[in-house]
Amino acid sequence: MSNIVFLIFRRMRRPLITLVIVYAIAVLGLVLIPGQTESGDTWHMDIFHAFYFVSYMSTTIGFGEIPHAFTPAQRLWVTFTLYASVIAWLYAIGNIFSLLQDKTFQRALAESRIARHIKSLREPFYLICGYGETGAALVRGLTDAGRHAVVIEIDEFRSNLIKLDGLREHVPVLHGDARKPRYLRLAGLEHPQCLAVVAVTNDNDANLKIAITSKLLHPRINVICRADSHDVEKNMASFGTNHIVDPYDTFALYLATALNMPCLYLMQNWLFSAGGNQVLSEPVYPPRDKRWVICGYGRFGKALHKRLVEQGVEVVVIEAEPEKTGEPRDGVVRGRGTEADTLVEAGVERACGLIAGTDNDANNLSIVVTARELNPDLFLVVRQNHSGNRSIIDAVNADIVMHPSKIIADKIRVLLGMPMLHEFFTLAKQLDNEWACELISRISALIGGHTPRLEQIRIDAQQAPAVVSMLDRGEAVRYGELQRDPWQRENPLQCIVLMLRHNDKQVLLPLDDTLVREDDRFLVCGPSSNLTRLYWNLQQENVLRYVCTGRVHYQSWLWKSLFGRD
Amino acid sequence: MNPEKVVFGFFIVLALTLNFGFFLGEIDDPDHHHVYELFAVVVVNLIATILKLGDRSQMGAVLLATSLVAILQLVAATLIWVAAVHITGSGLTPVVTASIVSLSGGALLANVISVILLIIETTMLRR
Repeated sequence: MSNIVFLIFRRMRRPLITLVIVYAIAVLGLVLIPGQTESGDTWHMDIFHAFYFVSYMSTTIGFGEIPHAFTPAQRLWVTFTLYASVIAWLYAIGNIFSLLQDKTFQRALAESRIARHIKSLREPFYLICGYGETGAALVRGLTDAGRHAVVIEIDEFRSNLIKLDGLREHVPVLHGDARKPRYLRLAGLEHPQCLAVVAVTNDNDANLKIAITSKLLHPRINVICRADSHDVEKNMASFGTNHIVDPYDTFALYLATALNMPCLYLMQNWLFSAGGNQVLSEPVYPPRDKRWVICGYGRFGKALHKRLVEQGVEVVVIEAEPEKTGEPRDGVVRGRGTEADTLVEAGVERACGLIAGTDNDANNLSIVVTARELNPDLFLVVRQNHSGNRSIIDAVNADIVMHPSKIIADKIRVLLGMPMLHEFFTLAKQLDNEWACELISRISALIGGHTPRLEQIRIDAQQAPAVVSMLDRGEAVRYGELQRDPWQRENPLQCIVLMLRHNDKQVLLPLDDTLVREDDRFLVCGPSSNLTRLYWNLQQENVLRYVCTGRVHYQSWLWKSLFGRD
Repeated sequence: MNPEKVVFGFFIVLALTLNFGFFLGEIDDPDHHHVYELFAVVVVNLIATILKLGDRSQMGAVLLATSLVAILQLVAATLIWVAAVHITGSGLTPVVTASIVSLSGGALLANVISVILLIIETTMLRR
C-alpha cells in the first residue's frame, strides 16, 4: 500500500506546487491592484475575498465581480490569471489521470490489493506457483474439495484466465515471477495459514528456485515440486523439499503397478480421482507374456523402459534420434514409429503392448492407429501432452492414457489433502494382487452405488473429543466399536479403516479389536452418510458410550432420577 | 550539487524565516503583524509541505509531520483572522491578535524543528 501512496505523492508534487504558486500570484495581484466602489472611492480587495474570487474563477464557476464591479486593470489581471489557473488545474488533473492509467501504477495497485487480501486470509491455504495445465487442474481439484489456494503466475494472460474458470472458491492470483522471493512473500509464504508451497511451473529451474526460497524463508513449510530431470530432483531433495513429483517416473510406477497388481491400480485410479463421483471402472489387465514396444526414448520412454525391464518384460524401443536421447543397452529401432515398416521392424505383430510416448500428440495418435492396423490385439498406452487434445486422444480408445499434467495434479492433490492415502498405496504396493482384489471388492460391496468418501481422522481433542475423554478415564475403545451404528449398535457402519498410524508405525486394515490410542491417525473410507455417523461416535460421549457398552448413559438430573441405573 | 535539494532547503528555510518575521513584534499589537506576511507564510508553508510528500525515509516522514503541524496552526490562525475581520466584524482586537500570533508561534516552533531536522540530515550525510 505504502508504495502506491508514495508513488502518487511523488508524481503529484509538481502539479500541486504549480497550483499553489498560481493561486498565490493570482490572490496577491487582486489584493494589490486598486479597485473602485460605485461611489468612486479607491478600494482594495482583502486576501480572504481575493482567495474566494480566485477559487471560483479558476474552477470556471464564476459568480461575477463581487463585491464591486472591477476596474479595467483588475479585469486585465483576472483575464491573465483565469487562463493560468485553468491550465494549472488541467495540468494537475491530467497528471492524476495519466497516473491512474499508468501500467506500473496499475500493477502496483493490483499487487497491493492482492497482497492485502492474502494477508487477511483466515483459513488455511496452499500457495500454488504456476497456473499452467497442472496448476489449473490442481487448483480446480483443491477448490472443488473446499480448500483455498493462492496462485502466482508469471504470464498475465493466464493469470487473468483464472477469473473465467468458474472455480468454487475465490482464488487470489498474483501476477509475478515466483522465482523472486518478493512475490512469494507477497503471496503469503510467511503467512501463518500457509500450509504448503507447490511449485508446478513448466521450468525446472524455477521450481528449484521456489523450493530453495521457500525452505530458506520458512523452513517448516511443506514444499512439493514438479521436476522432470533427476539432477534437479537431487538438488531439490538436498534442500529438504518434502515431495518431488516426476510425471514420468510416477507414470512408469503406475504402469508397473498395473502390470503387477491390476486391482491395486484400479483402486488407486478410483480413490485418486478428483471429482469423487467417479464410478469404479472396469479393471485393465496389461498383458506381460510377450514383448512391449516403446515409441520415444525421452524422459518418459526411459522411465518406462527401466520399470518394464525390472518387471522382466521384453522391451523394444523405437526412437527417431537416438544420438540425442541415448539408447538402451540392447539398441533401438530407428524411426518415429508412425510408419508401418518401423513398427514391423520392432516386431509389433508379435508384441502384446505398445506405448506411444513421444512428446507430440499427433505422432502418438498416428503410432496408435498404425500399430492397431498391424496388430488389433495390442494393449495400447498413449501419452497425451496437451489437455486440448483430449477429445481426439479419447477417440482412439487406448487402454491407458497418460497425461503428465493430470498425473501430477492428482498426485499433488492427494499429497496435500490426504497424505495417508499416498502412504497407504506405497505400503500396499509391497503386498500381492489377491489382497488388493479382495480389498477392492470389499470396498465396492460396502459402498454399493455410492461414491466413496475418504477421511483422514486424528484422535485428538478437536476431531475426537469423546474418544479422548474416555481414554483419559482409562476406559478402552476399540476400532470395531467405533465402526458401529450409533442408532443400533449391533449393525456395523458401512465403512472400512484402510490404514492406522501411531507415531511412525503404520498398520494396513487394522483388526476390529485394535485398541484406540490417543494421537492415532487413521484413514477411513465409506459412503458419506456413514462417515457422518462415525463422527457422532467420535464426538458425542454418550453415543460413544452406547456403542462401546450398549448402555445409555443419562446426563440430565431428571433422566438420572427416573431411570437412574447409570 | 543537486538542484532538487536547493529548492527543498530554500523553501523550508524560507517558511521558517517568514514565519519568524510574522511572529516578531508585540503579541497583541495588530500593527506589528501584517496580513500580507501571514499570506506569504501560508503559501510558502504549503509549498514546503508538498515538497516533502513522497519521501519514503524515516527522516522524510518526520519532516512531513512537522510541516503538517505548521500548516494546521497557520490555517487555524487564518480562519481566526477571517472570522474576526469579515464574519463577526469585531476587527483585530488585542485578544484576537494575540491568539493569531500565538498560533503562528506554534507553527514557528514546528518550522524550527523542521529546519533542525534538515541540518541533522545534512550533517549526517557521508561524503
